[in-house]
Amino acid sequence: MRCRSPAQPAKASGWRSPLNEPALHVAGLSHRWGAKLALDEVGFTLPAGRFCALLGPNGAGKSTLMAVLTGLIRPRPGVVTVEGVDMGRAPRKALAGIGVVFQQPTHDLDRTVAANLRYFAALQGLARRETEGRIAEALTRLGMAERAGEKVGKLNGGHRRRMEIARALLHRPKLLLLDEPTVGLDAPARAAITAHVHDLTATGITVLWATHLVDELHDSDEMVLLHRGTVAATGAIGQLRGEVPLADWFLARTGAAA
Amino acid sequence: MSALRAAGAIMARELARFLTQRERFFAALVRPLVWLVVFAAGFRAALGLSIIPPYRTYITYETYIAPGLCGMILLFSAMQSSLSLVNDRESGTMRLMLTAPWPRWFLLGAKLVAGALVGLLQVAAFLGIAYAYGIHLPPLGYVAALPAVVLSGLMLGALGLFLSARIRQLENFAGVMNFVIFPMFFLSSALYPIWKMQESSPVLALLCKLNPFTHAVELIRFALYRQLEPLSLAVVAGATAVFFALALWGFEPARTRPPKRD
Repeated sequence: MRCRSPAQPAKASGWRSPLNEPALHVAGLSHRWGAKLALDEVGFTLPAGRFCALLGPNGAGKSTLMAVLTGLIRPRPGVVTVEGVDMGRAPRKALAGIGVVFQQPTHDLDRTVAANLRYFAALQGLARRETEGRIAEALTRLGMAERAGEKVGKLNGGHRRRMEIARALLHRPKLLLLDEPTVGLDAPARAAITAHVHDLTATGITVLWATHLVDELHDSDEMVLLHRGTVAATGAIGQLRGEVPLADWFLARTGAAA
Repeated sequence: MSALRAAGAIMARELARFLTQRERFFAALVRPLVWLVVFAAGFRAALGLSIIPPYRTYITYETYIAPGLCGMILLFSAMQSSLSLVNDRESGTMRLMLTAPWPRWFLLGAKLVAGALVGLLQVAAFLGIAYAYGIHLPPLGYVAALPAVVLSGLMLGALGLFLSARIRQLENFAGVMNFVIFPMFFLSSALYPIWKMQESSPVLALLCKLNPFTHAVELIRFALYRQLEPLSLAVVAGATAVFFALALWGFEPARTRPPKRD
């Protein structure tokens, strides 16, 4: 199972299960902001149920890619498919299968954790009788069950982020997108969130985790390395880096300190 | 049904946010009351009013500007919520809302209706206090004005939505005051009948007549006397549709723009 650029032929067979659609398939995605080419023919495939890092230095195109994957910029038909649904043709159906944790905080500080989750559940159109059960389940998964009644403003940054991850799971998406989710958090909070999100893949959720911090990643994780708007490498991190520490490997590939 | 739940959640959130912001409610009431009590007292001597529809007798200046001040409340409320939209967009709350699996017109429409209801609450509170102060309007007029106030709130909210989507420079309130609120408010029939304006400047009077805010005020004014002003209804409804269409266009997702290659 590999994140693989379509430009590179698959070396191992079975990288894409014939029965299941890949969680995310991108092919030939380009976007420019004015004259600057932010994404240039980007392509990769995320196999279902894996943790995949979207790694790249600042300005590599991660944010633009996230803007496409969260519906802010609409791709042409046939370029981005989520669980087999074409984002250019059926953006709402594609978005329904995606959970998003934005880089900027998106919560109401003066309302409780449960109220924030209830708002999102209703926004997704979940039935009222289902909502409380799903909120309890999602908070438990993130180790946040006892915080349900607390106001978000009283929580520390790490717990706010965990609340947002729990919220992104309420509509049971297959694909979870996180855009630099640990920015501004201290080391223990970062480690806890990284571990929680890695655990989510055990239940079949596919994770795309945009970051430039290599210490959040495991050797068994997949990676898409984005550099100057193009896919510079894809594959399992352990195989890609060999014996070289990931930070050094990253530096050598991009010329940027991780 | 689930779409209605989504719309209900958006409205409940807006109302809850408004009700927890006591200062905003307070400011929204103090502003028109100052105009009603202080400004009108100073101005009434300067301005002679003749009997014009919908009025059948001589009225006090306070009575004349009450509908205009309702419009003012809606104008400020709409511009304030459009500014909060700009904040929402920067904080990602707007992006979160737009990832919900519903059409954009539906999500933004729910937001708009929520804003109009918040405006209605403020207008109701203002008219209540004005009643205590001595501005007594026909009892059934208060009921008849409900749809007029809501429609005017929708129109101004749609304008605010469009501004927040497209015009970056309006991110601070001073800019909105100077370029939107003041021109709309003063170039309207809110504070003086247009025939008065006509006496001093036909050009300004024409601008007043073209200003959709004038028609919002007149729609409310006539409704308060249980009368329908068809032209104003048409203008307000039409302007609502145009502003909302512009807002939807403003919130359209961008398309990917591949490089130009030969």
